[in-house]
Amino acid sequence: MELDVVDLSRLQFALTALYHFLFVPLTLGLSVLIAIMETVYVMTRRPIWRQMTKFWGTLFGINFVLGVATGITMEFQFGMNWSYYSHYVGDVFGAPLAIEGLMAFFLEATFVGLFFFGWDKLTPRVHLLVTWLVAFGSNFSALWILIANGWMQNPVGAEFNPMTMRMEMTSFYEVLFNEVAQAKFVHTVSAGYVCASVFVLGVSCWYLLKGRHEQLARRSITVACSFGLAASLSVVVLGDESGYNASHSQKMKMAAIEAMWETEPAPASFTLFGLPDQADRETHYAVHIPYVMGLIGTRSLTTEIPGIKQLVGEAQTRIHSGIVAYDNLMTIREMRDEAPAEALISFKDHGPDLGFAFLLKRYVDDPREASEEQILQAAWDTAPTVFPIFWTFRIMVALGFLFIGVMALFFFLNSFGKGRYPRWALRLAVVIIPTPWIAAECGWIVAEYGRQPWTVDGVLPTALSVSHLSVTDLLITLAGFVAFYTVLFVIEIALMLKYIRLGPHQDVEETEEWIRRRKALLQGPGAAPGPDAVQPAE
Amino acid sequence: MILHDFIDFATLRVIWWALLGVLLIGFALTDGFDMGTGALLPFVARTDVERRVVINTVGPVWEGNQVWFILGGGAIFAAWPPLYAVSFSGFYLAMFAVLAALILRPVGFKYRSKREGERWRRNWDRALFVGGAVPATVFGVAVGNVLQGAPFHLTPDLMSIYDGSALGKFFALLDPFSLLCGVVSMSMLLMHGAAWLGLKTEGAIAARARRYGSLAGLVAAGGYALAGLWLLVGIDGYRFVEAPSPDGPSNPLLSDVVREGTWLVAYLERPWIAVAPLMGFVGIAMAVRGLRAGRDLSTMGWSKMAILGIVSSVGLTMFPFILPSTVDPNSSLTVWDASSSHLTLFVMLGATVIFLPLILVYTAWVYRVLWGKVTEADVTEKGESLY
Repeated sequence: MELDVVDLSRLQFALTALYHFLFVPLTLGLSVLIAIMETVYVMTRRPIWRQMTKFWGTLFGINFVLGVATGITMEFQFGMNWSYYSHYVGDVFGAPLAIEGLMAFFLEATFVGLFFFGWDKLTPRVHLLVTWLVAFGSNFSALWILIANGWMQNPVGAEFNPMTMRMEMTSFYEVLFNEVAQAKFVHTVSAGYVCASVFVLGVSCWYLLKGRHEQLARRSITVACSFGLAASLSVVVLGDESGYNASHSQKMKMAAIEAMWETEPAPASFTLFGLPDQADRETHYAVHIPYVMGLIGTRSLTTEIPGIKQLVGEAQTRIHSGIVAYDNLMTIREMRDEAPAEALISFKDHGPDLGFAFLLKRYVDDPREASEEQILQAAWDTAPTVFPIFWTFRIMVALGFLFIGVMALFFFLNSFGKGRYPRWALRLAVVIIPTPWIAAECGWIVAEYGRQPWTVDGVLPTALSVSHLSVTDLLITLAGFVAFYTVLFVIEIALMLKYIRLGPHQDVEETEEWIRRRKALLQGPGAAPGPDAVQPAE
Repeated sequence: MILHDFIDFATLRVIWWALLGVLLIGFALTDGFDMGTGALLPFVARTDVERRVVINTVGPVWEGNQVWFILGGGAIFAAWPPLYAVSFSGFYLAMFAVLAALILRPVGFKYRSKREGERWRRNWDRALFVGGAVPATVFGVAVGNVLQGAPFHLTPDLMSIYDGSALGKFFALLDPFSLLCGVVSMSMLLMHGAAWLGLKTEGAIAARARRYGSLAGLVAAGGYALAGLWLLVGIDGYRFVEAPSPDGPSNPLLSDVVREGTWLVAYLERPWIAVAPLMGFVGIAMAVRGLRAGRDLSTMGWSKMAILGIVSSVGLTMFPFILPSTVDPNSSLTVWDASSSHLTLFVMLGATVIFLPLILVYTAWVYRVLWGKVTEADVTEKGESLY
């Protein structure tokens, strides 16, 4: 298969985005978990909680720096590889990215240095404030990025301007409160919290299995499983669903997730298993559960969910309408101020379908000259490849339920089991450490691969969004990224493992002294006043 | 929204042109000393402890400093989308080089002292050197290319087409004038890094930094003067034959531009802008004097003034041009035809007015908390919590 600039640009973006997203979820969640731990420290002044904050903070730092570094790539890449996209939607898409820098990233990055270097320079309360600011910063950051991304899925609050050949913002309010963006934000941040919870839980359970750092591990498990239970319920229950039906490509994405080629009478069934076949346009060996999909997707028993073939038919109509818009656009552009009123009025009606005419640019230079066959072909292009979307979605959801199960189990053992964890449960927690990353990456694939063939749904096709580069350009940078990122990944994992094996290594004497005194106090004759009566060590 | 009519489009464009300058200067002032320090690392520090002292002077602040750069990129994207689209894709491989260097640097700071082992640390020291020296030079080279114009044109659909093959485009950026600009930016930031090290370190490290810094300052002043002369005699400027309406649509193709005369004609039309180069020269002279005399705080101030003058002189000289085109002057991007829409500029200005002062306040607070010199004793005693 010959890869062209579009394929290579997509490949490069996917690789760098998936790589960036290996570090982001842990940053999102761990920053909050650390802030919670430090809050407990400041409230109780027990040194063990400060030691926990510093220990998880060290791991946070190793992870954080790669999130920051690989994030620069993301911001550069729109301009480097997607220059027509940048021109065409920068007026809308650029704003949330820039505000992210102003409001969130600056906060996070300025205070993260103080988090590590400020222990001796700040009072505990001020240091706690710094830690929370880092957590808020990283979470706000996710909000703005997802407002930008949500606009790609559901481009509201913007209009095409024929004079500047681009989308321009008409309502910042609509861009901000885009329902898809809001749903995505909750879903993504929750996924980050789950990721960090599973990480903290797994590492702590490994310590218990090895019989090391028991005090730190037990307290960390308590924090991780309570936070993780809430987060995993949120990630699955609130999920991504509220935004599904907002726009055409979201409907198409839904149909692809379900491998639903035909429109089913409501309420649609959920396909538990199947092998979607793009060429035959059907799903082999499908196992259906009646009603479930209709209920999840529409929350009603009577609303139909359109199938892929019906949506392709709709796309075909919109391509025809888009061709009219394209013709009007050419007239308006040529005549400028003297453009006839009919053209302007007609463009007002058909303008929203202009993007559909651009789908034809793959086949003809001038969409007006497209044959009926090419139009049908372009309409079928609006259906993404079903197989990967169908399966990544199922993997993601299955893992989501796994997280709820594991977190609930540990929450139960922690609350009612007197802190005795069976060894199989500890082992399970260790084994599942990588799974939240798999779920997160699958989620990215569902959302972004499922958006194809558009970069901005219904507005700009991916094939048109790229820069005017050569295959050589792309091969050089792609090879560079792969080599560079692989080396960094190996180093990161090695350092993580080194510091996990090393365990807590700061404030050791003070903490151990406190643990000794506390044990003595608990075992002391008659006294046994319960753990909360223990005096803070400082 | 009616609100945005309170500030007219042309004014907003000029404000955003100035804000772009503010962000780039903010980047050069803060991240500039990080880069200078990184590039000086192999020269001013001889032992591992000395190197850790140098690294820890920027250890707590580089993350925040780097955001100026990221914000600069974001602001170009949001306020000047055509500039973002044309320059980032046009300077493709150069951008990739900067990117690689900027990824290497944070990782170097964070990971270097996380393991013992001479080879490990030596390799990260090299990475820090590259991460400082490469961007510091490339930014100057980029300015050199912007002053000469880039070989791009816009199609009627406003798609940017940049002439040349992959490597051809890259090496074409490295012409003598642009390289000279690279030398100026590099030596300017070396001087700035040296002023920072003079402020934050003591003893042998500070003494070496001051020696290299004053040398770099002299190179910067000479290079800057030479570049000015070169602009006068060797490089054509651009001007409008027919200026576009300052509040017209952002479509560069609607203007009529020729390449003739010199950029420096701006100093006849707007004589007050001579303040900028003057600040550049005076700043360098005073910074070099300060470095020689061992004054630390005022030297840092003079060095900042030098950077402010030099960076803003480029923008003021070219105004209203932002990125001219050599092959199709009509495609040139200017303040009047390469911005975002009226509403977007207004919304972004709102966000900036709220958040930029906040950023300045908390950044200043962080620097105050970290005030004071980093010593060898700090590094050896508090080993674990430092880099």
